[in-house]
Formats: sequence, structure tokens, C-alpha cells
Amino acid sequence: MTPAIFAFYLFALGVLAGGLFTVISRNPVHSVLWLILAFLSAAGFFVLLGAEFVAMLLIIVYVGAVAVLFLFVVMMLDVDFAELKAEMAKYVPLALLIGIVILMQLSIALGVWVFAPDAEALRANVAPAATEMTNTAALGHVLYDKYLILFQLAAMVLLVAMVGAIILTLRHRTNVKRQDILAQIYRDPATALELRDIEPGQGL
Amino acid sequence: MVGLEHYLAVAATLFVIGIFGLFLNRKNVIILLMSIELMLLSVNINLVAFSSFLGDLTGQIFTMFVLTVAAAEAAIGLAILVCFFRNRGTIAVEDVNNMKG
Repeated sequence: MTPAIFAFYLFALGVLAGGLFTVISRNPVHSVLWLILAFLSAAGFFVLLGAEFVAMLLIIVYVGAVAVLFLFVVMMLDVDFAELKAEMAKYVPLALLIGIVILMQLSIALGVWVFAPDAEALRANVAPAATEMTNTAALGHVLYDKYLILFQLAAMVLLVAMVGAIILTLRHRTNVKRQDILAQIYRDPATALELRDIEPGQGL
Repeated sequence: MVGLEHYLAVAATLFVIGIFGLFLNRKNVIILLMSIELMLLSVNINLVAFSSFLGDLTGQIFTMFVLTVAAAEAAIGLAILVCFFRNRGTIAVEDVNNMKG
């Protein structure tokens, strides 16, 4: 067994165990941690497949942002999760049935199909040899050339998501003191301070 | 040698685990969102595996866009969840009837 095959089975175990325990875990904090394991193992897959840039992106975006966001929300909301989990056992038979049926349908496709004879010729963005250009540079050449508009639209999606998330969770509280910048700007010396000429030895 | 089918099998199983989670956690929106993330991850594994075995970079480009949409979806979903929790004090999705839909 070569190291590559061993790594594949290790990461496969990580992905599947992480996914399964994410779903069946009783404590949602544990769920998030299992989700992080699944993401890290998938990043390992991507490294094995030679897609290093996407692997690092997965770690930064999923583990660094999405999983931490989940963890933050899980810990911030004071939810009685035991009550939510109480009826979980009721759905297990139905969920297992549907899962097995879909898995069987998906596995029909495995093993019997082949690439079309002209699939090689139809490639839109042929990956350069690894000795010629790194994965990141090759992706950059394609992304900033052919997919520039899509790239900018993806940025718009993120901007809209950011604005939406802020608008949804923003709450104006009236019982706290806030900085009023306009009031600070329009404050002028004539009303704000008073000059007095004090005689020596008398005080105010 | 690890072939393309091995990756596809893992991705298919992960996708089914995601669907399993959707049915299993019918009430808990947080786990529902995590299940959706798992399904998107399995799609990403498929895309990158095909991209690698075919020698075509398009799959990896698409993976990045899927990643973007997944991150945006998680952010919006959790924001809606926080908003809902503030109004109702619970996150049980079967109580969601504010819109009378």
C-alpha cells in the first residue's frame, strides 16, 4: 500500500465519519467540530488530486469562516437542543430508507461509465503540466481571463450576502449611549465654552 | 491505484449522508444548514475529481464559485436564524408560520 492510497483511505474515513457524526451528534458543538473534520479531510482529498489552491481555499473559507460562524451561532443562541433532538429516533427509519434508495441510485452510475472518446478534445481549459506551471498560477490565468465577469459577479453575491446579514441582525437599541457624529461636528465654541476673566485671589 | 470511481463513491456517500441529515434533524435548523454544507462539499469533491482526472481546470473554477455561494448561503441562513430566534425564542422550524404561507 503506497502512501497515496493510505492517505486516500484515511481522508475517506475522515470525510465519511465527519459527515455522519455531524448529522447524528447530540451536541451541536460536537456537530460543528465533526464538520470541521470533514472539511479538513476533503481538503486532503484536493491535495491528493493536485488541486492545492482549492484545498487551501477550502480550509480558509470553510474551516476559518463558515465553521467558526456556525460555532458562534450555536454558542450564542441559548437553545434547548435536547428538546429538538428528542424526536430524532422517530425519523430514523424513513431517513435510512430514503438514504439507501438514493445511494443505490447513485451507485448505478459507478463503475460502468467511461469518458466519451472526444472528451479529451472538448476540454475548455486544459490544465498545464505540473512541471510547467503551479496549480495556483494556472487557475489564475483561467479565472482572470475567461471567467472575469463570473468572478466579479461572485464578488457581488458576497457583497449582497454581507449587506443582507448585517441588515437582518442589526438592532437599534434605544437604552444605550451612542456617538452622534453630526452633533460633534456642529458643536461650536460660542455655545460650548465660556471664557471668564477671574480676578487674582478671588476664584469663581 | 486510486481511480476516479473511488472519489465518486466517497462523494456520493457524503451526499447521501447530507440528505440523511436533512430528514433526521427536521427541527434543528443549524444541523439542517450543516447538512446542506455537507452536500455542497460532496459536489465540490466530484468537481475537483473530474477536473483532476480529465486534466481540465474548469472543475476547479466551478468549485470556487460553489464555495462562494455556500459561504454566502451560510451567512444569510445564520443571520435569518439569529433574527428568528430573537423574535420567537426558539429555532424549531415547525413553528415557522409568521408569513402564514
